[in-house]
Amino acid sequence: MKTLINKVNREIPSYIEGYGEVKPYAGPFATAPCGERSSVKLSCSKPGDSKLVASIREALEKCQIKDGMTISFHHHLRNGDYVLNMVMDEIAKMGIKNLNLVASSLTKAHEPLIEHIRNGVVTGINTSGLRGEIAKEISKNNILGKPVVFRTHGGRGRAIEAGELKIDIAFIAAPACDPMGNMNGCEGKSAFGAMGYPMVDAEYADKVVAITDNLVEFPLQKISIPMIYTDYVVVVDSIGDPEQIATGATRITKNPQELLIAENAAKVLIASGAIKNGFSFQAGSGGSSLAVCRFLKEYMKENEIKGSFVSGGATGYLVELLEEGYFNAILDTQSFDGVAAASVAKNANHLEMSSSMYANPHNKSCVAHQLDVMILSATEIDEDYNINSLTGSTGMIMGAVGGAPDTAAGAKLTLVVAPTMRKRIPIITDKVTNVVTPGETVDILVTERGICVNPNRKDLQEALDNAGIKTKTIGELRKDVEHLTGTPEKTEFGDTIVGVIEYRDGTVIDVIRQAK
Amino acid sequence: MAIRRSRRTMMFAPANNPKMLVTAHLYGPDCVLFDLEDAVKYSEKDAARDLLAEALKVVDYGDTEIFARINPLYTEFGKDDVKTLVPAGLRNMRLAMTETPEQIKELDELLTEIEKENGIEVGSCKIQASIETPKAVMNVFDIVKASPRIVSVSFGAEDYTRCLGATRTKEGTEIFMARNMVSMAASIAGIDAIDTVWSDLADVEGFKNEIKSSMNLGFAGKSCIHPSQIKIIHDVFTPSKEEIEKSLRIVEAAAAADISRGGVITVDGKMVDIPVISKAERVVRLAKAAGVIK
Repeated sequence: MKTLINKVNREIPSYIEGYGEVKPYAGPFATAPCGERSSVKLSCSKPGDSKLVASIREALEKCQIKDGMTISFHHHLRNGDYVLNMVMDEIAKMGIKNLNLVASSLTKAHEPLIEHIRNGVVTGINTSGLRGEIAKEISKNNILGKPVVFRTHGGRGRAIEAGELKIDIAFIAAPACDPMGNMNGCEGKSAFGAMGYPMVDAEYADKVVAITDNLVEFPLQKISIPMIYTDYVVVVDSIGDPEQIATGATRITKNPQELLIAENAAKVLIASGAIKNGFSFQAGSGGSSLAVCRFLKEYMKENEIKGSFVSGGATGYLVELLEEGYFNAILDTQSFDGVAAASVAKNANHLEMSSSMYANPHNKSCVAHQLDVMILSATEIDEDYNINSLTGSTGMIMGAVGGAPDTAAGAKLTLVVAPTMRKRIPIITDKVTNVVTPGETVDILVTERGICVNPNRKDLQEALDNAGIKTKTIGELRKDVEHLTGTPEKTEFGDTIVGVIEYRDGTVIDVIRQAK
Repeated sequence: MAIRRSRRTMMFAPANNPKMLVTAHLYGPDCVLFDLEDAVKYSEKDAARDLLAEALKVVDYGDTEIFARINPLYTEFGKDDVKTLVPAGLRNMRLAMTETPEQIKELDELLTEIEKENGIEVGSCKIQASIETPKAVMNVFDIVKASPRIVSVSFGAEDYTRCLGATRTKEGTEIFMARNMVSMAASIAGIDAIDTVWSDLADVEGFKNEIKSSMNLGFAGKSCIHPSQIKIIHDVFTPSKEEIEKSLRIVEAAAAADISRGGVITVDGKMVDIPVISKAERVVRLAKAAGVIK
């Protein structure tokens, strides 16, 4: 088998069965795009045509679904999503096989997929993340029989636009929809907020089916996805369980360790000089990430600093910062709680953006490239600052790629917050199980036990030294932690490849092998 | 003058919690107090002691002063706590439920024996007497003088009010006299007094008021039960900029004039004598502990 070694020193076959030829990762901006934007089959509608159909079955029949097609879903309803399972069950009943599933992410709500994989209904999966039983069955038992393709949020948008992922039918869960298929995600009993992922699907899929539990009169007043893309509208009782979609606000952690890490991270950011008028910022919804915002807010208040925008997954706390005037705008691709979802509906400065506008590197510009500061989390980080957020040290798939590689590459300062150990397993290792975000795009690691600066960032090291912030090399920190935990044994893997991790530009940064 | 350690915060951490054994000091308390007494069930006493012994051998606690709250020697656990933990590296122990000077003397003798057996400098292990009952409060002046190993004395209000049959209030009137006696005894012995815990984590304002009252009564620090309380205590114990500047001027003037044997000097037009200098030195020490000055 011919293999190649990519820029993060991973040895990968040059051809992967079930995936194809491998373009090796060559650096964050080393691989230029080629070709043209994908096109969509033309169709038309005449005055008086109705898009309303009686059932998902009827929509599937009208879309002429057949074996081997590629269908897409989005995961804004997260653990409360009913749509993917409803559609897949109907497809299975129709006897359709061999489908390629393009999901923006898969959650534990989608575990019925296991049966559809076993029965041959689904034979290909493209996603950003995989957790729970599906992940276990794929990592351990390779039930799919070919690799899952993992893409970043920006990489998904790019692959669809570039025609690498040609979607035949896109299914879009719409919390508010009118009979012509104008949709938004922020009104109705199942409101989840921004509709960043299906915006791209709608534009590039040959057929688009809106599935709603809130049919409103034409015209819907706030339109996130316009009717020009929609073929059919199906009304169902419920598209999801609101209890598990977005309840209340994502709260700032009370966990003292996460708060300690966040406080350290805020000190680092302040010392770096990045927190100044007009700065832009992205933090995830994780405990420490969100808590960093609280500490930064105190500093911004004391020093009368006003930021430009915050982006990424929006939370109630970011909405608070917007409403209190600390930032001019939120650019939102996926709202993480009910407060953020409601804010999309009412606040003109809370802007929805597609995942392509968010992070596609082959756009004429994307938001990820406008960021000053990005805060990430990690399941593992190695001495080259490579980050794994997808697989555990046991080799099992248990997380997501998300937008981390996109924003790490784009932001001027990328900071990783993580505890040094989880359940006595150290997160710093000599070599991460899988590289998801390359170390050359990561600037600093902040933990409860020490702060480490990537040696590439001498300017940052100097700024922290000048501010009297103590740092360690990542090797020293690793030794400190292993002194407490011991050196963990490495997981053994077989040769079978169960996952391909694409970098945002479509090159392959790593592969996931079957865990023994 | 010997440099006294700052003991503004003494954070409780149960010794049977492995995670706390390796993380408690990271939250920045001046002292961590690993608890082998009330926080640990009888069935876990041995395990907690062994875990703490191993932690003392391998964890680098840096500048944080490590104490253990050992069980009273009259229980079946107390002596084993000392015999196991001192050879493992423990040098500071809070003796729970101290009521008499004899109990301190008994611990002192046990420590001397263990130090000798293990080649540890005799006298290097220190004691904090824990005053938690009305009887202990009445004996506190004798307790603090019972051994040269005593570096501090703590007051525990929960057991004290339980013995009295009193209800704890936020105003603390029921413990006012006891706290006064403990802090006075500490002052006479030239050691630190550490005040009782505040258990209502949600009532930050009440907590701040209690810390202020502790400071006014002469306590050098406060026991605490959660990392979130550390910064609040340190903030209250941090002198204001004006206080620090004034105190620095007094300390500098005193050093230049050498009035260690008495006398007065003038600073900012005011008479300054030994007690004022001593107060200024305390302010400077607190400011240094807070990292405000070097």
